[in-house]
Amino acid sequence: MYSEKVMDHFTNPRNVGEIEDASGVGTVGNAKCGDIMRIYLDIDEEGIIKDVKFKTFGCGAAVATSSMATELVKGKNINEALKITNKAVMDALDGLPPVKVHCSLLAEEAIHAALWDYAEKNSIVIEGLEKPKSDISEEEPREEY
Amino acid sequence: MEKKIYLDNAATTKTRPAVVEAMLPYFTEYFGNPSSVYELATQNKKAVDEARNTIAKALNAESSDVYFTAGGTESDNWALKATAESYSDKGNHIITSKIEHHAVLHTCEYLEKKGFEVTYLDVDENGVVKLEELKKAIRPTTILISIMAANNEIGTIQPIKEIGEIAKANNILFHTDAVQAFGQVNIDVKDMNIDMLSASGHKLNGPKGIGFLYIRKGLKLRSFVHGGAQERQRRAGTENVPGIVGFGKAVEIAMSTLEERQKKEIELRDYLIERVLKEVPYVRLNGHRTKRLPNNANFAFQFIEGESLLIMLDMQNICASSGSACTSGSLDPSHVLLAIGLPHEIAHGSLRLTLCEDNTKEEMDYVVDTTKEIVAKLRSMSPLYEDFVKGMSRQ
Repeated sequence: MYSEKVMDHFTNPRNVGEIEDASGVGTVGNAKCGDIMRIYLDIDEEGIIKDVKFKTFGCGAAVATSSMATELVKGKNINEALKITNKAVMDALDGLPPVKVHCSLLAEEAIHAALWDYAEKNSIVIEGLEKPKSDISEEEPREEY
Repeated sequence: MEKKIYLDNAATTKTRPAVVEAMLPYFTEYFGNPSSVYELATQNKKAVDEARNTIAKALNAESSDVYFTAGGTESDNWALKATAESYSDKGNHIITSKIEHHAVLHTCEYLEKKGFEVTYLDVDENGVVKLEELKKAIRPTTILISIMAANNEIGTIQPIKEIGEIAKANNILFHTDAVQAFGQVNIDVKDMNIDMLSASGHKLNGPKGIGFLYIRKGLKLRSFVHGGAQERQRRAGTENVPGIVGFGKAVEIAMSTLEERQKKEIELRDYLIERVLKEVPYVRLNGHRTKRLPNNANFAFQFIEGESLLIMLDMQNICASSGSACTSGSLDPSHVLLAIGLPHEIAHGSLRLTLCEDNTKEEMDYVVDTTKEIVAKLRSMSPLYEDFVKGMSRQ
């Protein structure tokens, strides 16, 4: 059901953990849908993401997308991190099953939420960053039978 | 462990070698159509009759009341839709429970669209239908009560004899989906006042693609599949002779080993349940502690999600299942776990282990040890667990 890369990032997730006194923390998703992602960012004075950690409650794809998202933002500056889309996360994982695409959207949103928190804490405006949604839920059309 | 430990017998079971052996001649040697007049078909007819007799005996039913179908889902569809149609002059109300299999629930939803009214009864925290609520739900227009004999997810066994009595006292038909219960616990359709009963072959070590609906004599149930005159003109289509023969053989073995299997499975199940409840923190057993299928254990582990757990168990050669949303492709967790009152986040972390007689105590030990490690690993990654621990330390 999952690609080898997804399985790799699920079974050996990179950057699991917490950062004390993080520059920015973002938590998105809800337990009702079964996915919650939390991303911690450590950003230096130059705006470079020096370190990143995550914790995720969710399925294999949720863990793998969080892990990959942290890999993609690590070492990047804020503007580069902001440009990382859910598609980039999916591509880096060699794709996701269609029902799991929302996990990659959640990962993108978790990064944005952490950046938003950083911006708020430092009273700055990051151009192009909108206030993140606390949740990504796709309304699945109910099938008729 | 190198060997796969299969703990998903509520999903399907391994076909017994003796069952396969019994079926084989009906593919090659006795391949004739039972409806044919020539001698080649005679053995087929005989074999179908024998299987029907074996199944009828297992239920204390009449052979002529057992109708073969393609499986449990078809049987449920037939029982509900045909009752609704045939008895619509009497009323348009059906009573069922919130924890039925989708074969019943989605059929009820379909019937609602056709103008029928359906009451979905709540269950208690153990998943048992409340008899007082059932009595209260009865209306003059109630034509059918459909309550499963045992639940497929949490294994809770329903008081079907009491439900049968209530149905009979109120002159309402009673159907039970016994797909999980048949061959696992004793069922007597006469003693329990069951009017219709659905069952399936592959849940009791028989083949897939075969099931039956028991219809008590005297019920005016219309045909569901139209065509030839098979199954006393009530279920058309050339008989699945190898399937029927295999089903018959599986029932014969299941009934002759019933007590012995129950004893062995209950012992293993209770050992598994006790170890998990004792050794894993923040876990609960779903379903009734004792009134449950001999082979069913269902746990909810707080702070983790079921699919992650299943994939990691699979990597350690353990085949299990979950009521998790992610395994079913929808975002909602199991309707059964929500109905017994679990909050969403806990319902997402469920694990169903359904044993068979071949499992061993050593396997249970391996499963518990492995599950403990995986649960701890997933919790160390869980933001819900992090919040919980921080909340504890603040207190």
